[in-house]
Amino acid sequence: MSLTGLFLISFLIIHVCINACIFNDLFYPEDDGDMFNRAAHFMATSMVVRTLEYGLFIGFIIHIIQGYVLEAKNLSRRGKGYKINLANKGSKWYSRTMGLLGTLLLLFLIMHISHFWVPSRITGLEEVEGKNYHNLFILMVDVFHNPVIVVLYVLGCISLAYHLLHGFQSAFRTLGMHNTRYIGMIKGIGTAFSIIVPFVFALMPISIYMDWIGRN
Amino acid sequence: MLNSKIPKGPLENKWSDYKGHVSLVNPTNKRKLEIIVIGTGLAGASAAASLGEMGYKVKAFCFQDSPRRAHSIAAQGGINAAKNYQNDGDSIFRLFYDTIKGGDYRAREANVHRLAEVSANIIDQCVAQGVPFAREYSGLLSNRSFGGTQVQRTFYAAGQTGQQLLLGAYQALERQVALGNVTMYSRHEMLDVVVIEGKARGIICRDLITGHLERHFGHAVLLCSGGYGNVFYLSTNAMGSNVTAIWKAHKKGAYFGNPCFTQIHPTCIPVSGDHQSKLTLMSESLRNDGRIWVPKKKGDDRRPNDIPEDERDYYLERRYPAFGNLVPRDVASRAAKERCDAGYGVGKSKMAVYLDYADAIQRYGTGEVNKLGLDDATKEKITELGREVVKEKYGNLFDMYTKITGEDPYTTPMRIYPAVHYTMGGLWVDYELTTSVPGLYAMGEANFSDHGANRLGASALMQGLADGYFVIPYTIGNYLANEIRTAPIPVSHPEFEAAENAVSERINKLMGINGKQTVESFHKRLGKIMWDKCGMSRNAQGLKEAIEEIRHLKKDFWSDVRIPGKILEVNTELDKANRVADFIELGELMCIDALHRNESCGGHFREEMQTEEGEALRDDQNFQYVAAWEYQGDGQWQLHKEDLNFEVAKPTQRSYK
Amino acid sequence: MDHSNISLTLEVWRQESASANGKFVTYKVDDVSPEMSFLEMFDVLNERLIREGQDPIAFDHDCREGICGSCSMHINGRPHGPWHATTVCQLHMRAFKNGDTIVVEPWRAKSFPVIKDLMVDRSAFDRIIQAGGYVSVNTGNVNGVDANAIPVEKDKADTAFAAATCIGCGACVAACKNSSAMLFMSAKVSHLALLPQGAPERKDRVLNMVAQMDKEGFGSCTFTGACEAVCPKEISITNISRLNKEYLNAGMTVDKR
Repeated sequence: MSLTGLFLISFLIIHVCINACIFNDLFYPEDDGDMFNRAAHFMATSMVVRTLEYGLFIGFIIHIIQGYVLEAKNLSRRGKGYKINLANKGSKWYSRTMGLLGTLLLLFLIMHISHFWVPSRITGLEEVEGKNYHNLFILMVDVFHNPVIVVLYVLGCISLAYHLLHGFQSAFRTLGMHNTRYIGMIKGIGTAFSIIVPFVFALMPISIYMDWIGRN
Repeated sequence: MLNSKIPKGPLENKWSDYKGHVSLVNPTNKRKLEIIVIGTGLAGASAAASLGEMGYKVKAFCFQDSPRRAHSIAAQGGINAAKNYQNDGDSIFRLFYDTIKGGDYRAREANVHRLAEVSANIIDQCVAQGVPFAREYSGLLSNRSFGGTQVQRTFYAAGQTGQQLLLGAYQALERQVALGNVTMYSRHEMLDVVVIEGKARGIICRDLITGHLERHFGHAVLLCSGGYGNVFYLSTNAMGSNVTAIWKAHKKGAYFGNPCFTQIHPTCIPVSGDHQSKLTLMSESLRNDGRIWVPKKKGDDRRPNDIPEDERDYYLERRYPAFGNLVPRDVASRAAKERCDAGYGVGKSKMAVYLDYADAIQRYGTGEVNKLGLDDATKEKITELGREVVKEKYGNLFDMYTKITGEDPYTTPMRIYPAVHYTMGGLWVDYELTTSVPGLYAMGEANFSDHGANRLGASALMQGLADGYFVIPYTIGNYLANEIRTAPIPVSHPEFEAAENAVSERINKLMGINGKQTVESFHKRLGKIMWDKCGMSRNAQGLKEAIEEIRHLKKDFWSDVRIPGKILEVNTELDKANRVADFIELGELMCIDALHRNESCGGHFREEMQTEEGEALRDDQNFQYVAAWEYQGDGQWQLHKEDLNFEVAKPTQRSYK
Repeated sequence: MDHSNISLTLEVWRQESASANGKFVTYKVDDVSPEMSFLEMFDVLNERLIREGQDPIAFDHDCREGICGSCSMHINGRPHGPWHATTVCQLHMRAFKNGDTIVVEPWRAKSFPVIKDLMVDRSAFDRIIQAGGYVSVNTGNVNGVDANAIPVEKDKADTAFAAATCIGCGACVAACKNSSAMLFMSAKVSHLALLPQGAPERKDRVLNMVAQMDKEGFGSCTFTGACEAVCPKEISITNISRLNKEYLNAGMTVDKR
């Protein structure tokens, strides 16, 4: 879990960086998502990245399967449950509900892939005028003008935040980080990461819906 | 005549000479020899581990759910060893001498010297096993001082030394279990020893889960079942601690040595009501800084902090100006009882005295102020700094006190009262730890041998491990070397049959009484008799009454006890009834022993035998012996004496004035 | 500290034997002194049950000083009840108010089957220790190696001691949503791995103990932290991280056999 988790975390860094290119619009409205489109094009065409993409899918699948197997195994260890269970006072709710949060994320992921990855890679997209790459930005602007989808995306990002809040530091401890100084550091970084990354992601549908970017 | 089998020669050579000449059992023969170990505390776990490792086939039994829970685990203070790491003049001889003197000259010299000799090896052994003793910044082992000695020889692991030592022995035991050398039977209680042709050959025990009786054969049987302080109902012993194993052995021929020698620890949390089931010890170290007092006025109901200084009676400082609050355990306990009996006790029950830290807080606070150079510190600042120092030294004990009583010892004096803590008496054993039944051994608190009439702090752990790791592995060979031709006796042997039938009959009888009173209520009554008349101070009149009362109680018990449930199931009341029935019989013997010993020594204080100032008066002329009692049928005992010869440590009178 | 006595309602899990079906039974207890310990309150209740001809409630207990690790009650949703760093035997009735309802359950985990009422079988812990929770040094056989021959850094010795204070009560398993025994096991692995005396066997020890824990059917650790929060001895969850490090290190460096 921890290895695939950390791998997916590293993917998130790249994902958020590239997507953040859309915010170029805020400063150069005439850019019209071009910077983002070019970055997306690079990601879609580079052989290296395409190969990594398979790794990513495998990573996701392993993480998901492992997660469910682990959860099922662990749940079966109790046998008869408690009438009252407050032992949780010492643990965070999101630490105990990684399976549920993960499931929400999985649903989100399916929706997300069907929104962007499928059109971009399989069903095809119109190209940017005069350029030989897809206009993924237009697609984003389209999709994120649906308020329901925006809300779902924001909820997805919140799930991601909590999933990361536990997962980030837990992954390092599972890998044996026990020096209290480093654990403190990792907890700090983990918290910052879990807030910043999902926040930036969530900002995208919101910005587009609110017409802060992609106005023209 | 009792033969203690003390080897000849000078005291300091006895043990090495013995080891040099003792018979050995060769490895192939060891595999054919079976040994039963009862109890898995320090003595039992260390013995089972050592013997298993040597190649014997060992079966170990405990009544707890795991061997790790034996009551050795609760020992707080530490373990003595003559290592002289502090270079303060310690030596084997000094440890030997302090132990003999602390025991008020009622212990056997040769055993105590051997104990002192192996003490250093115990520490080596435990460190090698990974026992995390406290260390200095140098990385070397730390020591502290304890009552009754002038050197720092006590090794410790915070306030949990017993736990760490026991876990070390438990792990060694589990290692042998994993290797198949030891078979562990937890939740099993021994209910009889099987003696065949004069030798101990096995046990009858009860599986406490199924209730079934089992027979187990052994070429030798080792009893490491601890002390019998619970005869007083309220003690610092665990709830399950009991006399049953050694009492059954006693009834099968093992003599009981000095049964009346009981140690009463002065600093325990007092009884809070009738519901109380057990007493909690507060470490002896608290007396280093605390001052003990009661009001000067009888029945004074004011809060302690409202009683002005000149209306307080610091009775230990008054009576023993030289040692003050640091007098030995027996003296401090008796003085507290004397004040409470005279009507000066405090608290709701009036059976407590104050242990006050106010002065210590002020003293430490002033010291801190001087250290920090705060010339114009307020009184509050001094108190605050003082409390911090006290917290650092005794914080965990103060926390425990708060948990139990709900009071804050930093602001209100603690209430303390003496409580039964340890029994120096136990089965009589010779130098080889054999009881008067060949093949039957007693070790640790279950035997009588090393502490005389009073045990020094931090010596119980030392004795348990010495017996198990270092003594029995040699001495048992001397017996088993002659047993190699004895094939395992099938448990269908008539003696096994008879023993099991007797046990079964007794259980049926207990279950069949179907009376009105609970086991617990009998235990409480017994405890009260023992505490009132055979406790901290005893007199002939009271002891005679106690014997009568116990006989009456016994009759009552056997005609009116109520045990619910069935035999073949988990039945904790039946377990308890078996134990309490034995405690009642033991109580009678303790009183008989206390009555016959017409002298005051160590923990045994006969009111008739005291100096004009009320101090204990020993009678070496008439009582310099071990009283070993032979069971001769219901309520009948024959006294045997083992004279004690002090060749090296000459008896003197103890004085703490 | 004068409090008046209180009345309580207890809902206690009663189960006749391992194979029987259990159920909750309600008992009213009056006149409970706030100075009683929780187990003494049970003693009083049991005395009453016996007098009334009922079967007393079976529960494990022994030292009643918070060190033997016998007591094991799940009280109002928490192992060992509401007080922090306290075993049931040290929990006092001051913790409750007049009229409170208290639900008392046994430890729940498949690896800790109920024996009777509130008693469970924790022998799995012994077997985990048997798998390697020791230093393989023979007893009585260390003559010549003085205890002070190997100095141990005080910090490490203190950390090892802190881990070694585990009392093996099983509250960690009872509280963990995964019924994991990792806190228990990591305490022993840490204790021995931190000391030079335990170092020679550290790799085999951790591999064997983990294998045994899995075999016993305990769940795995997902770092929810519930164990640490209920541990009466405040064993740090950091020990689990240390165990993981030991395990990975051993797994990657031990030769295949």
